[in-house]
Parts: sequence; C-alpha cells; structure tokens
Amino acid sequence: MPVINVEDLTDLDKAKMEVTQLKIEVKLERAKVSKCCEEISEYIQSGADEDPLVKGIPEEKNPFKEKGGCVIC
Amino acid sequence: MGEMEQMKKEAEALKTQIEAARKAAHDTDMASAASGVAPAPRVQLKTRRTLKGHLAKIYAMHWCTDNRLMVSASQDGKLLIWDSHTGNKVNAVPLKSSWVMTCAYAPSGNLVASGGLDNMCTVYNLKTPVIKTVKELDAHTGYLSCARFLSDTEILTSSGDTTCVLWDLETGKQKTVFLNHVGDCMCLSLSPDMNSFVSGACDSLAKLWDIRDGQCKQTFQGHTSDINAISFYPSGNAIITGSDDCTCKMYDIRADQEVISYQDAALNSGVTSLDLSASGRLIFAGYDDFNCNIWDSLKGEKVGVLSGHDNRVSCTGVPGDGMCVCTGSWDSFLKIWN
Repeated sequence: MPVINVEDLTDLDKAKMEVTQLKIEVKLERAKVSKCCEEISEYIQSGADEDPLVKGIPEEKNPFKEKGGCVIC
Repeated sequence: MGEMEQMKKEAEALKTQIEAARKAAHDTDMASAASGVAPAPRVQLKTRRTLKGHLAKIYAMHWCTDNRLMVSASQDGKLLIWDSHTGNKVNAVPLKSSWVMTCAYAPSGNLVASGGLDNMCTVYNLKTPVIKTVKELDAHTGYLSCARFLSDTEILTSSGDTTCVLWDLETGKQKTVFLNHVGDCMCLSLSPDMNSFVSGACDSLAKLWDIRDGQCKQTFQGHTSDINAISFYPSGNAIITGSDDCTCKMYDIRADQEVISYQDAALNSGVTSLDLSASGRLIFAGYDDFNCNIWDSLKGEKVGVLSGHDNRVSCTGVPGDGMCVCTGSWDSFLKIWN
C-alpha cells in the first residue's frame, strides 16, 4: 500500500475526493427513521434487565464494593 | 468555469440530493419514537475506587477484555496497568515520549499500545519477563489521537494527519490507509462484528469505513465543531458521538442520519469522551466542566451526573460486562463508579 502524503493534496484534489465520495453516498438506500428507532428501542429494552448500571448491583455481587472492615477469625 | 468551480457545483448538487433523501426517511425522531418507553430511573452511582498514581494529566484509559485490568496513559510519561478490583498497580510502562494522547489494550490481554505527539503508535508486550517494545508504527505525519487493536496482529489508528490506518503488527507496515476526512481525526470505534469502524474528526463529521476494502461508506453530519469521542452502539446499527459543540448525538446507520441529540442549554462545555452501558440505555459522557453526565439514550434526558473530579474528565470507559464506569481526569486520578 503506497504511503499517501496527505500534505501533498491540493485543494482541487480534496474537492475531487469529496465529489467522488458524495457520488457513492447519494446511492445509499435509507431506511425510515421510525423503523430504525423502534429496533434500537427494542434492542435496549431487551437488554435493560441485564444491564448492571441500569438495574443496580446487589452489594454482595459487586466486585467494586468498598473494601475494609476487620474480620476476626 | 474552472475545474474547482465545477467540483464545488457538483458537490452542492449531490449534497442537496442526499439531504432530500434523508428528509424523506425522517418520519420521526428517537425521542418521539420512544415516547411510550418508561423513563430510565435516576442513576446515582458511587465512587468505589479512586486510583492514585499518575503525576500529571491523564489523557486516556482502556479496559482489558477480562473486565478487571485496565491501562491508563498520562503526560507524566507512563502507562499504568491497574487491577481495578484491588486498586493496585500491576505494571508501569515508561514511555519514550511523554506527550501521550491514547492507549489501548489488546483483546488477548498480551499487548498494550500508546501514541501521541510523537506521531507514532508504540506496541508493548506485557507478557515477556520484562515489558518489551514490540513495534513502533511510524508513518503518520500528525499526532496519534486514538488506537484500537483488532487482534495481536492488527491495530487501527487515527491521526491529526486526517487519516486512519490499519497496521500489520507482524511487519510493522500500513495495510490500509483510510483517507477522506479534511480535519484531524480525533477518535475511532470498531463495530461489534469488526468488519467496519467509525471515525470522528475536527471537520465535525463522523465517517463509517469498511475495514477490508478501505472505502468510506457513509458520512454523518450535524455537529458544529470537533468530534472528540465516538462509539458504536452494542447492536452495531447506530453510533454515538461527542463534540466540542457541547452535544452528543446518535446517528442511525441504516437511516443514514441523526436521530437524537443529547444537549442542555445549561451545558456549555465540550464533550471529551463517552461510553455506553451494557444495553446501550445509558450514555456516560465526560465534559470539560469536570463532570461526567449520564444520558438516557432513548429519551434524550440527563438522568445523572458523576461529580468528583477536580479538572476536566478526559476519558470514560465501561468494561465489557458493564459492571461499572471508569472516568479519568486531568486531575491525575481515575475513579471507578457503580
């Protein structure tokens, strides 16, 4: 892979690069936002019960619970 | 008409077409779509650990896949490897250049990487009897802003030279150069399936790239300043960005547009870093105002704040099991909250 020296790009090179990219992006098929949001919402809700920071972590299961206190054996 | 004029005209026409196509798909936004969802409970997290050991500003941190070890980078010229459960330092890696801006833990746990104003990405092996530098990846012509391992043999970097690069760690050479941004690249995030990644840059754009063919597939607009932080959603279908314009945004990849913005009139500090809770419901965003704000990703509302640092929160990270959130700061401390 040749090393591209970004500093050698002229303004015209950058403009051509932008047009080339836009020609790719104009062809994209875009899904409806409503459908996409519904899917994201379902994904999150199905995972929320297992999400420790949403649900809370019981003290005894918390690996980061405060250390300390003395135990006399 | 000169060639430059012609290019500009063509670009404007294409942009107008794209905006029209996006508008046609924009039949709602996330907050409206999620109006029936119960709000996330107010989140009150406690500091469980304060990790003291760095002697200067912390710029980056990254969790190991074991959900226990983490690496942090400071301009005191060191990487520190911490056991987050005990709070103990497990390793210290002295850096050749103290101007570090990023660090990364390989998924295997064998390697860590760092880089910054030296324009290089240096990779270290933690498992040799003495920690060894295994590679110095030297081809960027600008600072290294972010690095992420795909495996022990490949790493992705983003740079102030406006490119991202995929490197072969066996040869130390560039495999693919991702060129399309016109501003410094500040951050990157790998997709859960590892076939693509997104980058955020000072041109206020986020871009989606195919790792294997090197092509930019999509460009996300909306921010009005540098994008400093970016993360893929756990489902792989959306991304979250954080910017100097003081907002975070969610962009849906299949709709190819912004679906919600996380902002507050009272917030006028830039976003430096962000990460998501395990389900994606909560966004933890670090700000220049010394706080980390917690957002409900569906409703767009602030549901909590992590206050405790005495300087800018520069990095934020949630481990793979979602059991806590770590914040790192210019005050030289890391805090673990849950």
